[in-house]
Amino acid sequence: MRPSLSLRPGILRALALLCACAAWLIIAGHVTQAFGNPSGTTNIFRPLSQPAQEVQELSLLVIAICTVIFLVVAGLLAYTIIRFRQRAGDEASEPPQIYGSNQIEMAWTVLPILIVFVLILVTSRSIANIQNREASPDALRATVIGHQWWWEIRYPKLGIVTANELHVPASDASGRRPTFLKLESADVAHSFWVPQLAGKTDLIPNRENLMWIEPTEIGTYLGNCAEYCGTQHARMLIRVVVQTPEEFERWVGEQQQAAAEEASAAEGRVVFFANSCVNCHTIRGTTAQGMFGPDLTHMMSRQTLASGAAPNTPAGLRAWVRDPQAVKVGCLMPNMQMTDEEVDKIVAYLQTLK
Amino acid sequence: MASQEIALIDERQPGTSFVERLHGLVITVDHKKLGLMYVGTALGFLLVAGLMALAIRMQLAVPNNTLLEPDVFNRFFTMHGTAMVFLVGMPIIAGLGNYLVPLMIGTRDMAFPRLNAFGYWMFLFGGLLLYFSYLGAPGLAGHGSAPDVGWFAYAPLTGRAFSRGHGTDYWILSLLLTSVGSTVSAINVLATVFALRCRGMTLMRMPLFVWLMVVTNFMILLALPALSASQVMLLIDRYLGGHFFDTQAGGSAVIWQHFFWIFGHPEVYILIIPAFACVSEIVPVFSRKPIFGYPVMVGATVMIGLISVSVWAHHMFSVGMTSVGNTFFAISTFLVAVPTGIKIFNWLGTMYGGKIRLELPMIFCLGFLFQFLIAGLTGVMLAVVPFNWQLTDSYFVVAHFHYTLVGGFLSGMFAGFYYWYPKTSGRLLDRRLGFWHFWLFFIGFHLTFDTMHFPGLLGMPRRVYTYDAGRGWETLNFITSLGALIQAAGVLCLVVNILRSWKKGKVAGNDPWDAWTLEWATTSPPPDYNFETLPVVRSRRPLWDLKHPEDPDWKYD
Repeated sequence: MRPSLSLRPGILRALALLCACAAWLIIAGHVTQAFGNPSGTTNIFRPLSQPAQEVQELSLLVIAICTVIFLVVAGLLAYTIIRFRQRAGDEASEPPQIYGSNQIEMAWTVLPILIVFVLILVTSRSIANIQNREASPDALRATVIGHQWWWEIRYPKLGIVTANELHVPASDASGRRPTFLKLESADVAHSFWVPQLAGKTDLIPNRENLMWIEPTEIGTYLGNCAEYCGTQHARMLIRVVVQTPEEFERWVGEQQQAAAEEASAAEGRVVFFANSCVNCHTIRGTTAQGMFGPDLTHMMSRQTLASGAAPNTPAGLRAWVRDPQAVKVGCLMPNMQMTDEEVDKIVAYLQTLK
Repeated sequence: MASQEIALIDERQPGTSFVERLHGLVITVDHKKLGLMYVGTALGFLLVAGLMALAIRMQLAVPNNTLLEPDVFNRFFTMHGTAMVFLVGMPIIAGLGNYLVPLMIGTRDMAFPRLNAFGYWMFLFGGLLLYFSYLGAPGLAGHGSAPDVGWFAYAPLTGRAFSRGHGTDYWILSLLLTSVGSTVSAINVLATVFALRCRGMTLMRMPLFVWLMVVTNFMILLALPALSASQVMLLIDRYLGGHFFDTQAGGSAVIWQHFFWIFGHPEVYILIIPAFACVSEIVPVFSRKPIFGYPVMVGATVMIGLISVSVWAHHMFSVGMTSVGNTFFAISTFLVAVPTGIKIFNWLGTMYGGKIRLELPMIFCLGFLFQFLIAGLTGVMLAVVPFNWQLTDSYFVVAHFHYTLVGGFLSGMFAGFYYWYPKTSGRLLDRRLGFWHFWLFFIGFHLTFDTMHFPGLLGMPRRVYTYDAGRGWETLNFITSLGALIQAAGVLCLVVNILRSWKKGKVAGNDPWDAWTLEWATTSPPPDYNFETLPVVRSRRPLWDLKHPEDPDWKYD
């Protein structure tokens, strides 16, 4: 019988090994680069808020434990394969037949139990820390309602309704102001995930979930719907805009105002109210009181359209109003079959809703 | 050698026409033919569902790709997942159990041969029905096609308001059929093991393979009814005005998740334990030592079976359970790691001090051990609830369970194919092509699934049909897709190998691996009646006793 692993010329083996190392290096390089990417990151290892920071600390501990276990066991495996592989010409006799050993098996039962015990302790402590946090009286409260495929955001105490962009104040050493989110759904299950701020919590119809964040650095944080919710699950992005307390108050003040009514956009206003736009959208202070789509009262204050499917630029807005299905296929806003002129007018009107 | 070859050809009765042979398959109640039909059909579905995975990977190779429409993509991942679990995993298990259990316990057939055939045909028609949905599911105004609700079909996306047409109905009905098949097949294996063991084969002398099949089939009986019952409830919701999961009428979406995972988590162990079973047979034979700590291995498997029915809600850490609920399911999930770890150590203990022959079945087992170790450790990470809040429903989870099911289950099954193929056909699978299969698949697997963990850590959710550039996902996804192509090339080698070696492979003889369990005591392929005279055994390794009369195992029993 031939020796087992098919023997190729040594040079071929060396070449293959070299290729594998090169490929590994390239991949490792890309991974490092991807994790180092500072712009628009959704990296769970760059948390800028509680509870994501606590999660990160815990996860690094767990990864360290798992890495040690991996190195020990994989090392044993590699050693065993190399040390005890059958050598050429040694096929005649059988090795000593060992059936087991109670002592050894006891050892490798007890050791994992001890590790598991440690894991249970750190896990339960962290669960309690995060889940059992009570809302302080001054905490900001907001309600996030998942829709196919956008986010409705309400601040009940402030009387604000907006969409797809959650504004919250930053906390710092002088003042901690967490935001408590009540999560609901209008249709199917969704999941709220902004990796740099917190882990996921689902938005489930006929159920209220709660989560909290306490970001410390201003900026815009990106996230996705993380529970499959139908056709456009992929284009259901959430943005969390963290502002200084002063900027946040200014934003609140702006949002609380009624919709602008500029004379220059009067024609577009007529077209808007003559079409069925009003059946789905609300513009506060007007007869447009639809509940099915996002509130448009201050839509120009938002960065994106259609839950991150298009930028909120004149061109983006025009394309969206003309044919939503071309921008976000399958979305629930129909193509209203308007003429170019009508589209221009409506876009002109919408652009006044600052 | 020559005379053996002639005998083999005689077994196959040359001259019977294609139609006659086909008729033979339709009417057969022979456990060996049914076993091969199960595995063959499953391989067919593996190719179809694998092609769907390839299409998914091509779509995700670059950002903002337009190869697949969103709805087409959603159908593909639903069909891929459903088919891989119910039309590939389950029937391969049933096939292996069917073919090998009667041979290993020294009997002539399964306890209920006709029920056995019934089970196969239920599975086949269930599978065909699932794929027929592409033609049959469109309903009013052309809504609907194949199911697009994901393989765990979370409510209320499956309600009539959100799932129009009949895609979800096909998903329910086809799985109900295959569940009937799996259930009768499980009953059959259990009855066979408990009633038909040959003389001397006490429970603690059964090959580990048989023990693990017993545990798996018990779990099938325990878990599948939860799925079938909730599917019937969903059907009632959809057509008879029930409100079990209809949230708009006060139903509960979370209860569906509980019901599904009460089935779904044991299901994962149902799939992986047969892979353990293959590894537990192959590692000893190719290390030339008996399995290390047989009673502990049996105990650990039973423990896995028991604990695994209490871990289901670790799929649901983000649904807003109480902190007590989350802690309970974290603890039970950590606990299941203990017996699983014991199994890995015992396989290592079996290899240690042996003479390891690096033949094809063995190297697939080594791949299994290495990959399953990693899958287990990422599983431990996922059990850490706060970490899970970040990882769940991201590509990290997708990488984790593909590590378990491809790196674990499928590698174990490949090892089994190379090991038992000579028994079923009388011929060895080609060694050269086999090594091509192993290396292509191994390299492709690691390119795909090692890399896939990282987009998850970088915030990429699962089940998205596309993504924007700029979050560090592009290159990683491209490498992942590249690996998928290499894996496909590996599987192609296996398929060619299986087809070509059936008639042209090297003749294997009865016992090509110098093994110890009873299936190697009969001819390859075995006659219809398996054994001329039923064997009598005195230890766990009857063929070892036969080959080593100076040092038989039964001395130590």
